[in-house]
Amino acid sequence: MERRTIFPGWATPALLLVPQMALTVLLFLWPTAVAVRASVMRADPFGLSETFAGLDNFTALFTDPLYLAAIGRTLVFCGAVTGLALGLAVLLAVFADADIRGRGAYRAALVWPYAVAPAAAGVIWALLLHPQIGGVAGLLKHLGIAWNYKLNDTQAMIAVVGASAWRQVSYNFIFVLAGLQSIPRTIIDAARMDGARGWRRFRTILLPMLAPTLAFLVVVNLVYSAFETFGTIEALTQGGPGRATQTLMVKVYRDGVVNLDLGASAAQSVVLMALVMGLTALQFHFLRRRGGR
Amino acid sequence: MNRRELLAGTAASAGLALVPGLALAQGAPVQITFWHAMAGPLGDELKRLCDAFNAVQKAVVVEPVFKGTYPETMTAAIAAFRAGKAPHLVQMYEVGTGSMLAAGAAVKQVWQLAEETGVRLDPAIYMPAVRSYYSLPDGRMASMPFNSSTPIMWCNKDLFERAGLDPERPPETWEQVMTAAEALRSKGGAKVGMTTAWPTWVHLECFGAIHDVPFATRANGFEGLDAELVFNSPPMRSHITRLLEMAKAGTFTYAGRGAAGDSLYPAGETGISFNSSGIRAAVVRDARFRPMAAQLPYDPAVRATPNNSIIGGASLWTMTAPDRSAAEYKAVASFLAFLARPDTDASWHQRTGYVPVTLGGAGLSLAQGYYARNPGADIPIRQLNRGEVTVNSKGLRLGRLTEIRAIVEEEFETALQGKQNAGAALDTAVARGNKVLREFEKSVSR
Repeated sequence: MERRTIFPGWATPALLLVPQMALTVLLFLWPTAVAVRASVMRADPFGLSETFAGLDNFTALFTDPLYLAAIGRTLVFCGAVTGLALGLAVLLAVFADADIRGRGAYRAALVWPYAVAPAAAGVIWALLLHPQIGGVAGLLKHLGIAWNYKLNDTQAMIAVVGASAWRQVSYNFIFVLAGLQSIPRTIIDAARMDGARGWRRFRTILLPMLAPTLAFLVVVNLVYSAFETFGTIEALTQGGPGRATQTLMVKVYRDGVVNLDLGASAAQSVVLMALVMGLTALQFHFLRRRGGR
Repeated sequence: MNRRELLAGTAASAGLALVPGLALAQGAPVQITFWHAMAGPLGDELKRLCDAFNAVQKAVVVEPVFKGTYPETMTAAIAAFRAGKAPHLVQMYEVGTGSMLAAGAAVKQVWQLAEETGVRLDPAIYMPAVRSYYSLPDGRMASMPFNSSTPIMWCNKDLFERAGLDPERPPETWEQVMTAAEALRSKGGAKVGMTTAWPTWVHLECFGAIHDVPFATRANGFEGLDAELVFNSPPMRSHITRLLEMAKAGTFTYAGRGAAGDSLYPAGETGISFNSSGIRAAVVRDARFRPMAAQLPYDPAVRATPNNSIIGGASLWTMTAPDRSAAEYKAVASFLAFLARPDTDASWHQRTGYVPVTLGGAGLSLAQGYYARNPGADIPIRQLNRGEVTVNSKGLRLGRLTEIRAIVEEEFETALQGKQNAGAALDTAVARGNKVLREFEKSVSR
């Protein structure tokens, strides 16, 4: 039985809604409107003069081969970060879920990286990976790998993907571990009695039971890799070498904050906003499906 | 009452006469907010300057606020101006100068401030290479020189010796640099022969200044917003080709954009490094070898005698806000006048490694025996006063120069990867950079 409270009239419900609505307007609708407006204007940084530019900023964006290349690059980057972060998290969670000594300590240690701010993580990685003075670079040289991510596109991409995924593994780990622990032991025991072991048990029992969690995590990871990895990339490569690691977010920062080209930067923000809206819709879709079960 | 009189007396004897217009101030002190981008020890030094000013007089209190990196400070100041809450004073890096000059009523230029407040802020007391960077073409000063540096060549004496090179005679020409880098690698056992920070500033902007080769038309942008980049000329091309060849031969190691190349030299990994003179403090603190500062090398094939290099660093801009009073502007002016005093400037220079911006500060440091005690500390000053200041060595006055530098570094990296030659890299950088300049021109013309 569900209990429902019915308010008489509209004043009380309206009053109760006001704080939430005010926050939404102040923190979301208003800035969004400003960004959309700025995206159709050509303005100097100080806001002393402004002229209407129509869709100029967007046309410039989508006819710019460098921007189109950045879109493709961002997709590759997001896919790689999501795949790596999720894959590692599942692997670690499956092992940490097993009955091993000191698993509490393992679990705590695996969560730590999440507490490190992206920019700080970026700086730490920049020092470790530094081609001439970094510890990791020295190790790789011993293995015969000529490590210089400052000049090698592929190595630069590997560096930023690795550093970005490293942090997200912790976040994913918590969710996957919780997901694993919510799978009824009886099902696993039944599978064990039927002779399913190791990989087979994982593929036929655990993975399907984890699917809703993973679907949710995929969306969260995509959003993370697209929008929250800026600090890491900026600290490590600033988008280089050349433009090898310049994702859309790095470009927004370059054009908006460094270059003070507000129109172009606002147009890019609007494009990104459309992307987030799409991803959020996808996320709600998954959540609804999960709730409907 | 007694206390105030006492303080006034102290202030006067401590040199308030040099801080004009304050002796009559009454009541509560005027608060001045000063946004800056000096992190770590430099931030402490800046705070020391403000504290010193607050101590010698009681009419004004300057409050320094750290706002992050240079670009972050600039963005914060612009956002604050748009909200009507700009700081009184903001430290702006040299490449932001073009944007600030186009800021119209958002700023009060130094000459305007001096005129309105009656506080004397004399351009003539500044070093020519510093003054010209922040002045209008007619010589009126737009912003206040503050922390200036210039790129110089840093050599590792220990590695020089091991390579059989004379540690007391740094290379003077690019030819000699190449030979030295080669020896450092093959005989000296140096991990890195030569490296550089600030690739664009050192190898195009300063290379152009030293050799009297333009970076952009219209006197490097000083004479108009319609300036066009021209750094793809033959001398620049041959210099970049030289760097690419050295990279291929393993005598030049690319260390990244902007300041990224600052970590190799103090670590003792490189024989020769091009960095800002401002890393002196870090070198003195960290180097486990004998460091040596030298002037930037030149190419006699381009120009027989080298000119002055151009400065980097930052200057101070006075910003406006709707509710700002004349007393506040006067307070700002008096603080700026305090900073220009020889003793203030000399102490800032000696404690930070930035060059003295005033002739008085340099003279005082010399008289105090600072250069005798710290050999090499005068190298940047001598280099800034080398030859004659020409239209190509005054500095750059280009909007969105930060972006242009990033573009150059992107294209340079692509060339280092072997995907294009020096000519193609510079041509592409010029074309992309000119697009940025035209966008800037459109955005500020009204």
